[in-house]
Amino acid sequence: MSPTQWDFPVELCCRPMAFVTLTGLDVVYNAVHRAVWDAFCANRRADRVPISFKVLPGDHEYPKCRPKRTSYEWYIPKGILKTGWMNKHLNLVPALVVVFYELDWDEPQWKEKQSECATRVEIVRQSLQGRNTKVAVVLIQKKTPLPPGEDVTASERAAALCNACELSGKSLFVLPHTDHLVGYIIRLENAFYEHAQTYYYTEIRRVKSHKEFLNKTTHQLLFVRHQFKIAFFSELKQDTQNALKNYRTAYNLVHELRAHETNILEIKTMAGFINYKASVTYPNPDPLETQTGVLDFYGQRSWRQGVLSFDLSDPEKEKVGILAIQLKERSVVHSEIIITLLSNAVAQFKKYKCPRMKSHLMVQMGEEYYYAKDYTKALKLLDYVMCDYRSEGWWTLLTSILTTALKCSYLMAQLKDYITYSLELLGRASTLKDDQKSRIEKNLINVLMNESPDPEPDCDVLAVKTAQKLWSDRVSLAGSGVFTIGVQDFVPFVQCKAKFHAPSFHVDVPVRFDIYLKADCPHPIRFSKLCVSFNNQEYNQFCVIEEATKASEVLENLTQGKMCLVPGKTRKFLFKFVAKTEDVGKKIEITSVDLVLGHETGRCVVLNWQGGGGDAASSQEALQASRSFKRRPKLPDNELHWDSIVIQASTMIISRVPNISVHLRHDPPALTNEMYCLVVTVESHEKTRIRDVKLTAGLKPGQDANLTQKTHVSLHGTELCDESYPALLTDIPVGDLHPGEQLEKMLYVRCGTVGSRMFLVYVSYLINTTIEDKEIVCKCHKDETVTIETVFPFDVAVKFVSTKFEHLERVYADIPFLLMTDLLSASPWALTIVSSELQLAPSMTPVDQLESQVDKVVLQTGESASECFCLRCPSVGNVEGGVATGHYIISWKRTSAMGNVPVISTAVTLPHVIVENIPLHVNADLPSFGRVRESLPVRYHLQNKTSLVQDVEISVEPSDAFMFSGLKQIRLRILPGTEQEMLYNFYPLMAGYQQLPSLNVNLLRFPHFTNQLLRRFIPTSIFVKPQGRLVDDTSIAAA
Amino acid sequence: MAVCVAVIAKENYPLYIRSIPTENELKFHYMVHTSLDVVDEKISAMGKALVDQRELYLGLLYPTEDYKVYGYVTNSKVKFVMVVDSSNTALRDNEIRSMFRKLHNSYTDVMCNPFYNPGDRIQSRAFDSMVTSMMIQVC
Repeated sequence: MSPTQWDFPVELCCRPMAFVTLTGLDVVYNAVHRAVWDAFCANRRADRVPISFKVLPGDHEYPKCRPKRTSYEWYIPKGILKTGWMNKHLNLVPALVVVFYELDWDEPQWKEKQSECATRVEIVRQSLQGRNTKVAVVLIQKKTPLPPGEDVTASERAAALCNACELSGKSLFVLPHTDHLVGYIIRLENAFYEHAQTYYYTEIRRVKSHKEFLNKTTHQLLFVRHQFKIAFFSELKQDTQNALKNYRTAYNLVHELRAHETNILEIKTMAGFINYKASVTYPNPDPLETQTGVLDFYGQRSWRQGVLSFDLSDPEKEKVGILAIQLKERSVVHSEIIITLLSNAVAQFKKYKCPRMKSHLMVQMGEEYYYAKDYTKALKLLDYVMCDYRSEGWWTLLTSILTTALKCSYLMAQLKDYITYSLELLGRASTLKDDQKSRIEKNLINVLMNESPDPEPDCDVLAVKTAQKLWSDRVSLAGSGVFTIGVQDFVPFVQCKAKFHAPSFHVDVPVRFDIYLKADCPHPIRFSKLCVSFNNQEYNQFCVIEEATKASEVLENLTQGKMCLVPGKTRKFLFKFVAKTEDVGKKIEITSVDLVLGHETGRCVVLNWQGGGGDAASSQEALQASRSFKRRPKLPDNELHWDSIVIQASTMIISRVPNISVHLRHDPPALTNEMYCLVVTVESHEKTRIRDVKLTAGLKPGQDANLTQKTHVSLHGTELCDESYPALLTDIPVGDLHPGEQLEKMLYVRCGTVGSRMFLVYVSYLINTTIEDKEIVCKCHKDETVTIETVFPFDVAVKFVSTKFEHLERVYADIPFLLMTDLLSASPWALTIVSSELQLAPSMTPVDQLESQVDKVVLQTGESASECFCLRCPSVGNVEGGVATGHYIISWKRTSAMGNVPVISTAVTLPHVIVENIPLHVNADLPSFGRVRESLPVRYHLQNKTSLVQDVEISVEPSDAFMFSGLKQIRLRILPGTEQEMLYNFYPLMAGYQQLPSLNVNLLRFPHFTNQLLRRFIPTSIFVKPQGRLVDDTSIAAA
Repeated sequence: MAVCVAVIAKENYPLYIRSIPTENELKFHYMVHTSLDVVDEKISAMGKALVDQRELYLGLLYPTEDYKVYGYVTNSKVKFVMVVDSSNTALRDNEIRSMFRKLHNSYTDVMCNPFYNPGDRIQSRAFDSMVTSMMIQVC
């Protein structure tokens, strides 16, 4: 793989090592020198100091040092980092130059040798003019040196040599050429390494010293450059920590650079370099030895190197330059690299949620695979993104992708894919020209006729050859099958819509629906079969059109070929079938429509529409069509606008319309608990006999649950129904009915509570009918509902009164009182009270006979019937809440009801009454009236009701209307349970309603017993008649 | 001036797209389509709170080697995308902005046409000629 401009340069990737040059070694001809050099080179393992050595001749010219700048004031940098710089310091400018020289301490011609050595050092120094490079001298000696200090000549001569060469003592070394060469070499190396480090240290100091001259505005680039250099020198010095620190600083400085489109690549490249340096932990040098381009600065454009202005001075040149680079790119087409890069990009855009960019890159990847002849992968990628473009409606792009995909599938002879893409490329979503479409259609027809298609244009010639072979293999493999293609995910060239004629059909009429088909391809196309599937698969057999069948009855308006679709024309196919009677009340749905292109015996494609048609694009089209106000141009009568057809893929089957009448006759409202009569009349208007007529009647289900408990229905009115009867009678058979016949059924409803109820009368029957020459038994039904109000037949009012008909809050023990009942009819209909009965509680005793006083009374609306019973309640002690009185039972029926209708008994619970004991009961015997001046005997009975002896004070107060005789004031004792009689003779003086002389009784033991209470028992006034005339009738006559 | 002008529906399908005839049309379709990623991002970044006072002009969507893609989105989320040649330095932000405004006005005229059904592809002579004028000016 050749390095591209995107690979990092070698000098960046290698591990920087101190650069030391060795001069004065003749490694070719001198065996000793060769051995020395080998010792330096061989076995450079990790434990040896990192130095890169190079043998150079003593008079080697090192790169010239540029004159040092004294001021940066007028200096404008042209870029960030020069391309040669790193290489220069790695391979050209040494940190140390070592001069090897063969010289023993006991050399006889010492003087000459010493000056020659000094000359050599001088030559090296000359060529390093202006650099800080160190120079060292190594003397190669044949003898093993004596231990230091013992050889006096040696130390003298060494000092002299240092003097002559202007060297410090530390820079002069001795290398005895003995057995321990490697050991000496390693010691030398370490010494060299120290020198090199010193050199790089001074270099760092030098670069740092520039900093103070820089300013942020013009020297932004230099900041980065210097920082990078410092870091690089640190690296050469093997000071990893400082190198890393400085690279980081440099990276931050790069961020501060003014980025513009023109220099963004340079900045990016440098940032990449620095980032690489900062992050890579010093890899081994890359073995690739290639020089990168000839650019002065990394990442700058070759046609405008060193141009800093952001405005492009020469746009024409810029254009040409870009074009040139692109041309260069083209010449190194390498799909593999592109695909790798693209797939990286795809991952990137996927991560940052750019779905469209991702799709676009995947298309490019697919196309790249196509160029690389990897059609399987190409197809996979293209197929994957197609739906994105399809769902967003970018038809131009989809067409382009499909075209490539079609080529791939052709070249691989993938039948199904080839057909699918052809179908869509012929469809309305395709933006291909008609001539292209014709070509594709022709190919498609060929494929369906089991022949090879023509090759796609612009395909690789060799690939086409292979493909043709594949296709002919396919042909010989005859009958390679049926391809079913679901169209809901793409936009094929045949459109389909199914429409039932109505949202519901009666079971006795045939279900009709239309299938509309429209082809968008340029030429008419034949199909061999059209079939429709339903949720009830039994209907499928009725909805098939095949070439073999007599299709003339289902196809209308045939211009050419029965099974042919003419482009742009809407073709309608009418289907009808008779629904099954079991499907009444169910929904019939079209689950799919299948259109077969080609022949089932050979190759064929089944286009499968789910539901009532429609593909990937049709919902949006339907929406647009529904929004449109555009008037569509008028078409001939039997043609339709495609857009105006609305899919209706399901219909309901409903029962046949009944032809009977149901009438209800009744007298509302219903009275509580009565057997309310509902007369149902069913009359048949059917043409034929109806069978199996059944009646369902009663409380309509779905009402308050309490109503179900309190409503009972019966067919027999003669007996009262009880709790065991249901609220709804179901399926009462009532036999058959001939045309025109009518039947009546009585229904009795007993409602236990008042309120309104809905009643349902539902009549069902069977009838035989014929549709489409098929006899079917239809079940028809008709229902009627009626709301009936239930009311109380009467209101019963009960009151307690004293024997003087005074209202009583409470009754007194053992003292008779009256119970009065009042029956007020609330019924709009006349009621007959058959009888009434008072059922007394055990605590009550009747004073006289308890005979009903209202027997056989007829009450009209608003009339009332009252009864009165005299009762007594023995003493019961103090009972909380009073004493139960008993029940009042009224037996009644409607006056209009027939004799056999049962009598209804309504029981009314009588109120409780509070019973109170009194110590003394007083009653008076007196005539019902008096007469003026006729004596009026009055007898008071005082009964002691206690078990104690009572002291009673009695007084009678005089009255103006009466004179009287008897005890006016008396005090007496009454023994327990006995009574005392007081007899008075009143003599009325005035006629009229007169106040009697009032009797006052005072009980000494019961101070609460007042005269007020007493007045309840005894009369306080009496009617006094005037004196009769019978006696002196004659005197009047005389007068 | 512009090398491609596109109007994109709220649902992101193209209502109108025209590019200079000398170049590969498909390329511009892809460019416009991919720019919708940036439009989507910019719209969602704006948030709902500032719908009223937000700027319709979205600015530079993304630059490529040859072209710059600018975007504009109406309040009804109809997007305008314009591709200009990146070597055309005469076009500054302000010019682009005014071109978009012109485009928006013309689009509004199209919408006001009672015979235009919103969501249909734009087929209007007036709109066409306006786009042509925007594409010709410099060429």
